[in-house]
Amino acid sequence: MTPPLPSSSPTANPMTAASPEPGFNFAYLDEQTKRSIRRALLKAVAIPGHQIPFSSREMPMAYGWGTGGVQVTAAVIGQPDTLKVIDQGADDTTNAVNIRRFFQKVCGVATTDRTAEATLIQTRHRIPETPLQPGQIMVYQVPMPEPLFFIEPSRTEANKMHALEEYGPMYVRLYEDVTQFGHIAMAYDYPVMVGDRYLMKPSPIPRFDNPKLHMSPALQLFGAGREKRIYAIPPYTSVKSLDFDDHPFTVETWDAACAFCGATDSYLDEVVTDDQGSRLWICSDTDYCHQRQQAALSDKPNALATPAD
Amino acid sequence: MAYVAVKGGEQAIRNAEALLAARRRGDPDVPELSLEQIKQQLQLAVNRVMAEGSLYDPDLAALAIKQSWGDLVEAAFLLRAYRTTLPRLYYSQPLDTGKMVVQRRISAIFKDTPGGQKLGPTFDYVHRLLDFKLAAEDNQFVAPSQATEAAIAPTPRALDTLAREDLITMPAPPQATEDGAVPAYGAVPAKNETPPPYDLTRQPLDTPLARDARLQNLARADEGFLLSMAYSTQRGYGTNHPFAGDVRMGAVEVVICPEELGFAVAIADITVTEVQMVNQFKGNQETPPQFTQGYGLTFGYNERKAMAMALMDRALQAKALGETVSNPAQDEEFVLYHSDNVEAQGFVQHLKLPHYIDFQAELNLVRQLRQTAPSSPPAPPTAASPPLTSPAVAASPAAVPATLGPAEATGACES
Repeated sequence: MTPPLPSSSPTANPMTAASPEPGFNFAYLDEQTKRSIRRALLKAVAIPGHQIPFSSREMPMAYGWGTGGVQVTAAVIGQPDTLKVIDQGADDTTNAVNIRRFFQKVCGVATTDRTAEATLIQTRHRIPETPLQPGQIMVYQVPMPEPLFFIEPSRTEANKMHALEEYGPMYVRLYEDVTQFGHIAMAYDYPVMVGDRYLMKPSPIPRFDNPKLHMSPALQLFGAGREKRIYAIPPYTSVKSLDFDDHPFTVETWDAACAFCGATDSYLDEVVTDDQGSRLWICSDTDYCHQRQQAALSDKPNALATPAD
Repeated sequence: MAYVAVKGGEQAIRNAEALLAARRRGDPDVPELSLEQIKQQLQLAVNRVMAEGSLYDPDLAALAIKQSWGDLVEAAFLLRAYRTTLPRLYYSQPLDTGKMVVQRRISAIFKDTPGGQKLGPTFDYVHRLLDFKLAAEDNQFVAPSQATEAAIAPTPRALDTLAREDLITMPAPPQATEDGAVPAYGAVPAKNETPPPYDLTRQPLDTPLARDARLQNLARADEGFLLSMAYSTQRGYGTNHPFAGDVRMGAVEVVICPEELGFAVAIADITVTEVQMVNQFKGNQETPPQFTQGYGLTFGYNERKAMAMALMDRALQAKALGETVSNPAQDEEFVLYHSDNVEAQGFVQHLKLPHYIDFQAELNLVRQLRQTAPSSPPAPPTAASPPLTSPAVAASPAAVPATLGPAEATGACES
């Protein structure tokens, strides 16, 4: 299949790419490095779900802080882009703030909180609730790209298993859950099959988000900096969460609604409000929650439920 | 709502940075450390940071140590993050350590050997008594006059003696292999052809690896990790009977040969520590009994690391030598994927980052598992309900009397 071209063309003139931060190239990495990452990305798009080794660089933030995602973003970002960065679904968590601050510093691109306005979204652990649009690029930060690592820690062996499509042991692992607990007991980073061929880790998103990977109109890129792997899901690619005919894949639901916006269709984050066990549940996607609150306010200015203090 | 602690993250980050800078400086009445002081008086720290930071630059290493508040792993990380922005203009010619201007040279296998034994500046025979005089400042220490003059005559490697007798296999330059397969031990390279070495800073580590990539990985590896792994081989986890054949430290010339010039140009003198271990090898079907070698080389004076590296290089030859690979130190993937402290410190410490989404997912799951467990706990304070699933799952152990064990519960589930 042919994925549509990303809306954000890479830097127009590679030799004179200017960064707003003196002494650094546009998007920090030098153009040769960005080019080598883009070559890996092209391979990744051509073989959906297959991990492509790339010469991951040390970045000015630590491995584990999203260096893979940062390198992928740096390789595809261009001046016309509008960048959104989320961590745990929120735009204002420290790590999201820090990565956004980094790209503001080395690219000077526009940034946004609004999913609909972003051309490029870097994320850790969530997919926005607002459906993605054609032309948007999602960049996922990946800690462990290898779905088989807890079954086969040797990378050489795991590569062979992928080549031979030898995914039986993964199904056995899931079946063991079924026999022990009555259902598959994996809460996040739930393994998926991409394009009916490659077993893939969706990064540690909750399985609630897995269905959003399937046939998404956006280009989805995954970067694992420390493990030096890149993979991709081109737009409109089939992504199936592993399951059994008699034990179909399901997502979690909540009895509560978001305490701020009343949403019942979003991923809720449990917040402990005192030491007596009181809790409330709020949307993890801060933009989604905010948009809903705004909409409710403009519909009926006094109708929005205010959470108890 | 006070709980939204993550709000104002940007201000918090700026404040943390300013606080760190102030704490690092400490009491402003105490004179600030100069880079020159660090470079001179904390030279071994500078050497370690250059080795693990993979960049020979004592000034920048000193700056990194100052900036990192003395945290050497953090300093190596700073240096790495800087070096990755530098263009790679040339590959040097192989260093000729036989022409090293040695400050120290030890061979533990021959009482005397060409070039001689030279202790140099070493802790080896110093009584480790705290020197309270050193607590007072303005001490004057005078180097013995002989020791200040480094040996000018070349010091041939002690192992060359064994090589002449064919008693030791000297490693060949790396073989170009398209698929990255490990070349046979001691394989002879094609005539007059030295393929460009594997470069981990430009190519991802991808096992199985040839020895050049392995040595590069070990040279950048965390000293503590290498030390413990090497120690494990001495305690029986991959024993290979090592002898310190040649341990030397001194200055060597770095030579490049730019294509556009067509002749060699010496661009620097750098201090390195080189260790060649001699190890027993009982031989196999193709190779008669002989000695094998483990090799260690580090930037600066870094003897402990260089020795550990040499032991590990030898341990990791196990596969190529047809030895049984049954210990962590012999397992290429185990050692090479976990040796880099910049990677390791990042991934271990990333657990500090917010994980509340995944934790929420786990919380929901554990509550659900407990609800359906045979020994039903009190109802959790949750708004999360188990996912709606097929009838098969709906008839899961929740419906089973609490007295049934897990095995019986499973049976009920599948019925």
